[in-house]
Order: sequence, then structure tokens, then C-alpha cells
Amino acid sequence: MNLMSKKSLILKLVMVGLCGLLVSQQSSAETVVRYGISMADIPLTSGQPNEGAGGYQFTGHTIYDPLIAWEANISNRPGKLIKGLATDWKVDDKDKKVWHFTLRKGVKFHDGSSFDAEAVFWNLEKVLNDKSEQYDAKQAAQVKPRIPSIASYKKVDDSHIDIVTKVEDALFPYQLPWFLISSPTQWSKTKDWNKFSYEPSGTGPFKLDKLVPRERAELVKFNDYWDKTRLAQTDRVILMTIPDALTRVNALMNGQVDMIESPPPDSVEKLKSSGFKLVQNVTPHVWPYHFSTQLGSPWLDIRVRKAANLAIDRNAVVALMNGLAQPAFGQVDKTNPWFGKPNFEIKYDLAAAKALMKQAGYSKDRPVKAKVIIAKGGTGQMLSLPMNEFMQQSLAEIGINIEFEVVELENLYLHWRKGSADPLNAGKGITAINLGYVTADPFYALVRFMDSKYIAPNGVNWGGYANPIIDDLIMQIRSTYDTKKQDGYLAKVHEAMVNDALMVWVVHDTNPHMLSPKVKNYTQAQHWFQDLTTIKM
Amino acid sequence: MFLYVLKRILYSVPIILGVSILTFALVFMAPGDPISAIAPADAPEEVVQALKISYGLDRPVPVQYLLWLKKAVTGDLGVSIASGRPVLGEILTAFSHTLSIALIASFLGVGLGFFLGGVAGFYQNSWLDRIATFLSLIGISVPHYWLGLVLTIVFSVWLGWLPSMGAGPDSGAFYWDFEHIKFMLLPAITMAVIPTGIITRSVKSIVAEILAREFLVSLRARGLTDMTVLKHVIRNALPMVLAVVGLQIGYLMGGSILIETVFSWPGTGFLLNIAIFQRDFPLLQGIVLILCMFFVILNLVIDILQSILDPRIMRS
Repeated sequence: MNLMSKKSLILKLVMVGLCGLLVSQQSSAETVVRYGISMADIPLTSGQPNEGAGGYQFTGHTIYDPLIAWEANISNRPGKLIKGLATDWKVDDKDKKVWHFTLRKGVKFHDGSSFDAEAVFWNLEKVLNDKSEQYDAKQAAQVKPRIPSIASYKKVDDSHIDIVTKVEDALFPYQLPWFLISSPTQWSKTKDWNKFSYEPSGTGPFKLDKLVPRERAELVKFNDYWDKTRLAQTDRVILMTIPDALTRVNALMNGQVDMIESPPPDSVEKLKSSGFKLVQNVTPHVWPYHFSTQLGSPWLDIRVRKAANLAIDRNAVVALMNGLAQPAFGQVDKTNPWFGKPNFEIKYDLAAAKALMKQAGYSKDRPVKAKVIIAKGGTGQMLSLPMNEFMQQSLAEIGINIEFEVVELENLYLHWRKGSADPLNAGKGITAINLGYVTADPFYALVRFMDSKYIAPNGVNWGGYANPIIDDLIMQIRSTYDTKKQDGYLAKVHEAMVNDALMVWVVHDTNPHMLSPKVKNYTQAQHWFQDLTTIKM
Repeated sequence: MFLYVLKRILYSVPIILGVSILTFALVFMAPGDPISAIAPADAPEEVVQALKISYGLDRPVPVQYLLWLKKAVTGDLGVSIASGRPVLGEILTAFSHTLSIALIASFLGVGLGFFLGGVAGFYQNSWLDRIATFLSLIGISVPHYWLGLVLTIVFSVWLGWLPSMGAGPDSGAFYWDFEHIKFMLLPAITMAVIPTGIITRSVKSIVAEILAREFLVSLRARGLTDMTVLKHVIRNALPMVLAVVGLQIGYLMGGSILIETVFSWPGTGFLLNIAIFQRDFPLLQGIVLILCMFFVILNLVIDILQSILDPRIMRS
């Protein structure tokens, strides 16, 4: 080989080496997704997020894990309960109030300490024992109402813990996806939940790298996450608070964010034509009018309730939302195993609605008058004012004249907790409430509205519905541990709910997101719990 | 001067007290309670009551106010019910953000307002006057929210020159390089529009009124140039204009809810909005207290400046 060809070979080798270095540098560059969220502040990062079910997807199931998780990384069917930090759970053969949990071994918190039964016990004390050193009133406020069944708990050994419920409750596992486990070791460094919230430690697929209240939270991939099938596909997720819907759209269009939630309906077509992608899915949320069935209520007559359901053109409401909704035919979607086969079919049939009203002795000339309390807007309320105006006009066509009491959402919650019989509602002639309901699990979807023991002030059976047959059926559900049988009984409860037309069900939210073309994947679950590990750039 | 300042400080105490009592009362009179911010909407009554007790919200309203006041006079504004973070820290962070855009907006508003108003007043009934008056009318008539969105669409979305929202990646500290200032420009320009209009109109009428005074006529009769006459006009106009400017700066600091929402700017307006909707009493009281104190101090500074510029004010 002569000198020239040697030099040429060396040069080529150097070039190849440089190219390789460049490629490896590019492939090791951090992938970042910037996510514009609709909240005014980052949900609490100390363990139990606030801002409702939506908060859990951002700072709940990202940084932390529950004992029993919800399958949130599939979109083509409703998810189900799956193993989280517990690998097994079963009710005691003799005492049905005792649940035995077997905990996952080898799991580490972000700070390197080990997850074990002591950590679970410590976290239960954190939210249920106000005398404990680690008790946090804010976290307790968030999660205690969601785990109402727990009476007591005890550590058996490092890998086992027992939880005792107040009564036998086969639905208890559904409560546990809400209860998240934070690191006792990390907390003990400062013993201050406020400081912990800036450097939290959980077992989740993301660690919190930076928190700027009311601006941003930066989550980074936790490479040692115990569930290797759920390792984050993006290195860094930056959550940016953008409460104004138009501002979110502008931020997406000018490239400041890569994806947003809840775009305004009238911006969707423009965004799609600009190359952005709409992702939405059936979501366990329903937008209804919840009737009072107290004495004196104009909705006491089932014919009037059924007529109201038949008077609504749900496809028109979906069109009003520019496709960002799905017609509701009951409390849950038809694809849900709890839907069942109600005898009363919810559809748009104006003639049938008028006929029912005539049977009940009403018409446009002799209308029913009712007052409905609604919110101006707010989370879960969708396009509250236009949708309610549509309802008012539709119901007027069949002789139901609706008057609105319009309040702030926070005030609406107060009216909701008080129940229809309370003077706060009955005293003002309010006989229906319009509030978006989360319907993610059996309790949230059905039990809390159908069981008479949840009539206010004990719960949110707002209308005062009391049916001993349904109460017995719910008792039976609570002692049925076979999931398929449970689903069957729940379907019967749902059938009764629809057949009794307890509400006017209008639409389900679809939790829409707009994604920039840079986002290659985002799996949107049929739930408010979403799995941010599925985001891929 | 010292006695004057002391007297003004003492006068401000009952004002601040009165504002805090009124705010407290108004928030309690409004329906809703702060428990909604920390408990799920369907929390059972016993959980709600237990929370009220733990946060002291079960006590009579006057007792709650006095307990708050007792801590506030020592500088402890408590913790936010919703976030659990110290109120003072929250407010100071938000205040610094609002101050940064308010400074730019003040500079723009006062500078432009002086210029346009001065031109309009000096050249009354000319085409310059008409243009300046027209621009000031636009300034005070255009809705903030709409203007902010239009500016965002033009400069962020279409042209891509400026960011559309947020305070930037390093919003915790002040950086005065373009990479950080660019986040402030659109909210500051939007904020500056109303003060520009108001200051223009005020300066115009003050300048016109001064120009009509006899001493100005005598100055011109003595052959002084327009520039020298202008100096005298400015000297006489400044005390009156300062009062208007002070009010506008106070407005910029406190009246920015819509702009901060449109631009997701984490300032006092944004924080106040959150506190109102969450009925977060400690946070709300803290913000109102700080803004009130700022307003009082600002007015005091303006009054002192006026006295320096026009000693007749102090003598009277």
C-alpha cells in the first residue's frame, strides 16, 4: 500500500469515526415533550394530587404507584384493575372485612430506599391518623373520601399488610388506585410536606426534576422503574399550566408546547388543517341533569323524566361541541360491561316525548316549570352555557320550561353536597342539578347515586332516590367477589337507573387532546387516569 | 418633610385595616368555601366539617379575622389553604413577576403618554393633536383580553417572533437579556395600552391649560424659544401628571387579571384570580394587603415627589 492510499484510508477512518460520534450524540440527546395543561396550578406533588381525577395523570401516577393500579396504557377497551405495588390481594375466608395484600418485592423509591409493608403502613397513617407525625391534612382531604371503606390496617411482615374494611365490601379494590405511596425515608429528611413536594420520592415511572408553582413541573424518566413494560418513552415531560383555552391553542400553534388538553371546540378544525392531530376517547364522564325525586318535585312523574330524555337531540349537542363529545345513552357508555340492557331506550324521539307529556297532563300550553342549578363553566362542565341553552330550548318544545340558577362551580359543589331536600336547594325551588359526573368505577358511576344510604348529607345521591330492591342489590354486589358476576349485578343497577330515568343523560366527554406532528404516540385510555409513559416523540 | 411623611404613614394604617376588613367580609359573604379547593367535591359532610375545624374555619368570622391580623402584623401571612405553601412567599414571587411587566408597561405608557399628550397639548387642533387623541381613544377603548389575543396571533403564531405565553424557563430570577425579556413584551405592551391612553389625555389637557396661563404669554412676549417655554410647561405640569401616573402604575400592579390569564403570566392578578375562585382566605387577604400597602407607599412617594417639584403643596 503506497503513502497516498494509506493517507486516504486514515482519512476515511477518521471520517467514519466522526460520523459515528455525531450519531451517538444525537441519539443520546434528551427527548422532551412539553404538555400544556388546563389547570391553573400544578397539582400537589407530595403524594395525593388535588384537582380531581385529572390531577392524578400529572403528578399522581407519574411520580407514585398505588397498591392496585388501573390499566391506563390501552385505548381500545375500558381498562381494569391490575397489579401495582401489590402482586396479590384477597379477602379473608372467614372474615370478609379483612383484605390480605402481598407486596411486590425489589421495588425502590426514587431516593433509593426500599418499598415494603412499613412504607404502606406509614402512608396509611399519613392520611388516616391525624395523630401521626407524618399526617398531612391536605393529602388526607384528597384521598380519605376516596377510601371510605378502610377501618384499620396492620403490617403482617415486610411483604404483607392487612387492611380491614368497615363492612364487607367487594368493591374495595376499586378505591385503591386513588391511594398512592410516597417515600417515608425522603420525608424524614425534612419532615415537611411542603419541602417534600419540591423533592418528592415515589416508585413511579417519573421523577420530579423541577417544580415552579403555577408555571411548570418537569418530570424525568426513572430508568430503574420496576415495571419494565411501562418505562417512559420520553426522557422529560414538562407540564405547563395554561388555564385559558385560547392561550393553549396559540402555544401549540407557535410551537411552545407539543400537546395540549381540552382545546376549544371551534379551534379543532383549524388545528387539524394546520397538521395537528386530534386524539380523544370515550371517557368515564357524563353530562346530565340529575333530577330531584323528592315530594313536590316536578320530576316526580316518571313520564316527565322519560319525556325529557327523549326530547334531546344528542347528535346536535355533539355537533355543537364540534365532535368533542359522544352521545350518552345512560350513565355509562354502551361499551361498558355495566351498561346492561335497559328497557327504556334513550334516543331522540320528539313525538314520543310529547305523547308522554300529554299522558302526564302537560303540553306547551300547560308546561312543567322547573329550576335547574348550573355552573357558568369549570372542569367537567364542558360548554356549560351553550349546552344548557340548547337543553332549555329542546325541553321547551315538549312543554318543560326550564329556569336556570347560574352559579360558580365551587358554589355548585356546595349545592350538590347538600342534596335536593336541603333548604339551600328546595328553598330556592331548585329541582335539578347539572354537574359533570366521573363514572370511572362502580361506586362513582352507580352506587353513590343509587344507594339510599348516600342520600345527603351522607353522600351525593342528590335526588333522594330510595329503592329497597336496589339497596339490596348493592349489598349483594358488595359481597360478590367474582368480577363477572359483579359486572352482571352492576348492569342490573344501571338498568334500573335508566329505566327509572333518574337523570337526563346528554353526552360523555371525550377528553380531547391536540398533538403536534412531533408527538409520535400518545395512548389515551378510556379513563381520567392517563399513562404519560406512552408519550413518544 | 419627616413629619409630613410620618403623618401620611399613620393615615395609611386605618386605610389598610379598613380594606382588609372589607375584603374578609366580602369573601365570607360570597357563597362557597375554601374546603372545595382541598377536598373532592363529593367529600362527605363529616370530612368537610373535620377539615373546617383543622383549618380554623369553624370559628366565628370576626375571630378568624383577628387571628389572621395578629399573625399578619408580625409578617406571618399564614399558609395557602389550597397549596399549603407560605402565603408571603407566594405573593412575593407573583409580585416580582407582575412588577417586571408593569415596569416595562409603565415605561411604555408613561413615555408614550407624555409624548403624545405633550404633542397634542402643544399643537392643539392640529393634525398632530387629532392623531394623538385618536390613538389615546383607542388605548382606553380596546378590551385588554381581545388585544392580547390579537397581538399573540400576529406576533407569536403568524410571525413567530415572540412567545405566546409563560414567564420563560428561568422565571424564578430576573434576567434582562432578550431571551427572557421577549416573554414580557407582549403582556407588557398589552398592559401599557390603557395607561397610554389615559396619560395622553391627561397630559394633553394639563398642557393645554398651562399654555393658556398668563405667565406663559409673558414668557413668549419676552421672546423665549419654544424649547424654553416647553421646559416651563413641563415643570408646571409634572406635579399634576405625576398623580395620574401614580394611579396608573397602581392599576398596572393590581388590575392585571385578564392579561395574566391570557398570557399565563404568573403574577399577582393570576394569583388573585385563583385565590378568589378557591376562596383561599389567607392567600386572598395576603394579596390584598400587599397590594394595598404598595398602593399606599406608591401614593406616598408620588406625594413626596410632587412636594419636591412644587413646594406650595407641602406649605398648603
